Amino acid sequence: MNRYPIWKYLLIILSVALAALYTLPNLFGESPAVQIASVRATVKVDAALQQNAEAVLKGAGIKTEDVFFDGTSVKFRFKDTEVQLKAKDLLQARLGDDYSVALNLLSDTPSWLTKLGAKPMSLGLDLRGGVHFLLEVDMKAAVDKALEKTAGDVRRELKEKKIRYGRIVATRDSVEVQLRDEETTQAAAKALRQVLQQSQIDVRENKIVISYSAVALQQLKNDAVKQNITTLHNRVNELGVAEPVIQQQGEGRIVVQLPGVQDTSKAKDILGRTATLEVRMVEDDQAKMSEALNGNVPAGFELLSERGSDGQNRPILLKKEVELTGDNINDAQAGFDDQNSAAVHINLDSTGAAIFKTLTKESIGKRMAMVLVEKGKGEVVTAPVIRSEIGGGRVQISGSMGVAEANDTALLLRAGSLAAPMNIVEERTIGPSLGKDNISKGFNSTLYGFFAIAVFMMIYYRVFGVVSAISLAGNLLFLLAMLSLLGVTLTLPGIAAIALTLGMAIDANVLINERIREELRLGMTPQAAISNGYDHAFATILDSNVTTLIAGLALLIFGSGAVRGFAWVHCIGILTSMYSAVFVSRGVINLIYGGRRVSTLAV
Amino acid sequence: MEFFHIKRDIPFMSYGKLTTAISLATFVLAVAFLVMKGLNLGVEFTGGTVMELRYAQSVDLNQVREKVDSLKYGEAQVQSLGTTRDVMVRLPNIKTKTSAQLSNEVLNLLKADNSAVELRKVEFIGPSVGSELVTHGATAILLVCVGIIAYLAVRFEWRFAVSAVIANMHDVIIILGCFALFQWEFSLTVLAGILAVLGYSVNESVVVFDRIRENFRKPNLRGKTVPEVIDNAITATISRTIITHGSTECMVLSMLIFGGAALHGFAMALTIGIVFGIYSSVLVASPLLLMLGVTRENMIKPVRIKEEAVV
Repeated sequence: MNRYPIWKYLLIILSVALAALYTLPNLFGESPAVQIASVRATVKVDAALQQNAEAVLKGAGIKTEDVFFDGTSVKFRFKDTEVQLKAKDLLQARLGDDYSVALNLLSDTPSWLTKLGAKPMSLGLDLRGGVHFLLEVDMKAAVDKALEKTAGDVRRELKEKKIRYGRIVATRDSVEVQLRDEETTQAAAKALRQVLQQSQIDVRENKIVISYSAVALQQLKNDAVKQNITTLHNRVNELGVAEPVIQQQGEGRIVVQLPGVQDTSKAKDILGRTATLEVRMVEDDQAKMSEALNGNVPAGFELLSERGSDGQNRPILLKKEVELTGDNINDAQAGFDDQNSAAVHINLDSTGAAIFKTLTKESIGKRMAMVLVEKGKGEVVTAPVIRSEIGGGRVQISGSMGVAEANDTALLLRAGSLAAPMNIVEERTIGPSLGKDNISKGFNSTLYGFFAIAVFMMIYYRVFGVVSAISLAGNLLFLLAMLSLLGVTLTLPGIAAIALTLGMAIDANVLINERIREELRLGMTPQAAISNGYDHAFATILDSNVTTLIAGLALLIFGSGAVRGFAWVHCIGILTSMYSAVFVSRGVINLIYGGRRVSTLAV
Repeated sequence: MEFFHIKRDIPFMSYGKLTTAISLATFVLAVAFLVMKGLNLGVEFTGGTVMELRYAQSVDLNQVREKVDSLKYGEAQVQSLGTTRDVMVRLPNIKTKTSAQLSNEVLNLLKADNSAVELRKVEFIGPSVGSELVTHGATAILLVCVGIIAYLAVRFEWRFAVSAVIANMHDVIIILGCFALFQWEFSLTVLAGILAVLGYSVNESVVVFDRIRENFRKPNLRGKTVPEVIDNAITATISRTIITHGSTECMVLSMLIFGGAALHGFAMALTIGIVFGIYSSVLVASPLLLMLGVTRENMIKPVRIKEEAVV
């Protein structure tokens, strides 16, 4: 008796082997690396760039250990920091301002492990140092901006339909239009219902109230947060930070984490900076163009580059005068035009619409350029020919572009500015030396505690104590493997949870061992005592672990920050400890005592 | 080896009045400290700016305090963080200044005095985030209690659920009382520690309850009274109770001693929680169970005769 079928042993061996495999990446250190990312949304990092960078490094005789391309950036691994710094300076000089070249640390995990999906745990900022911001999006401002836009739309529409109106005011959550009499009110309501299909339009005696539905309001807020996140992404790219975290938290908050950054004021400057869009007229006069190409740009003009549909950049001559800026753009969305080809629909505010109308009226047949100014440098996104006067503030840019390109352009037009202002509500800077300290202290305290428990168990319960220690070690292995596999970010409270979970995990073994002693005292045979001991203890272990798990899950759902970091590890730890204390330890005990005649148990 | 080989059952329940009186007294004391002194809430809850500095040599705190006070930022706190080289500076929120300005000014001033100072950590938390955390923390505690009551009511009986949760809250209030009495900083990690104690302490009660339920069903204990049955259950599990707690306490003490300032509050909350966890599972939860009038019949459900319709 007390023998497991062979498949159970195989399962234990397999699970331990897998756990060891997935814990393994944590043992490899990190080596210095350089990461090349794009600074502009129009410049893509691709395989061609990788080859280019490789050639640059090879030409200078710099040896790389490893190169890979992860979809958004190219990373090179080097032997030591000296080579890394040399490579960084060289790459930044050769590749130019379109790319950010950042220093990075990459895990030394061999590629065969990475291919199996094994990766080291990612460390939280409190363990590696860096800056953490919690930004709050000013939702009221976002709603106000949208209401202003609607008020402008109403004004324009009523003017166009030649309906006389009185005051138009944007109140807290609606736009009110005062009208003269019943007749004009009905006419206005009819006209507005056609244009403002998203909004709710109520008619009260000689007054129209336009408000957003709850759904539309929610959509508006979501869009504001999304746009701000996109903009932040673009800006953070400029910092050249390796692996930044930019996430939405709750309804209107954004978390920005920049590992390794120490200078908060620089980080804040860049997060707060704006990229702008400018509409300027193109000068197609060939004489002036050739003059400019010869390096002699005429006064009042500027030579910029235009991205063609084939991906090549070609020079384009623009007037310096800015007709319209991105401040007047309310929204830009990718879509399709009448001929069903990809297009970008831009929505201008009332001022923008008025300017745009005059501009297009006076310049039919000429080319107009949309210039995105980032980092003090402009680039022409598109330069279409004006075919007719465009009123109403709805501008459509179409031409020889694909769907992906239309999406990119729409993103670009939106990305320049923030949908709503943001405030920093939380800010943390953790020095790298503190991070290292935290790791070593957390690690040491866990280690000492673990040894103390293991030694005690072995002395107190002898063979069964040794098995308990083995299963506790197994539990640690399973826990680390699960954390690595699930990609949980390890924080200091997480390390504390590992320690606490180990301390609590021994409870199951103690319950079992005590139970077996008790059964022996009651006069059971050794084999029956093992079997009954495990069986009786199981109900207790289940009950106590489920209650602990309930507490852990509540923490996970309602906790934030430190509490959540703790809860993740705690919950996973409870599950792994049940597996190792009940199943693995029984397996080892069965292997030692099972299937033979035993007169005494060493417990 | 065996430490607790107890031949006869210890009459824990006969001490019921005494232990209830003791725990009631500690409970009332804890509440009194909480009301009178209040918790020394950390920056996560109150909002404000906290700086952690490390000096190359040991530094006179009074000097640092004078320097910081000379900036006139209102109620600034300067504390040592375990060693004489590590200093923590707490500044209240100031409307006219951003935290970056605030921390830079303080650092520049201190650097002018003693250049061998390293900024290890700066934290700035707005007041709105803080108050949100308080509500989240309260919700978490409430949800844990509801979850535990529900589970225990299903697996055992409502009396078990109620006494376990009361015993649990008793532990939590006493930990909070200790934090109020000694004015230790109550941070988010301490909250995590307290919530962990909630889970841990109920774990304890469940183990004893499990044994009580089992004893009620045992034929050889049929003649015994309810207090005797409970005494037997506690005595049978006492060895396990002490060894498990010993192991966990060992781990937590290791954290308290070697874990450094960052884990100090967490380990402290757990240290107190574990000590009271033993006490409450044995001497609070079980007498409460008795007071609520648990009987053998509560645990042995009568066999329900199924009425089947015969068509």
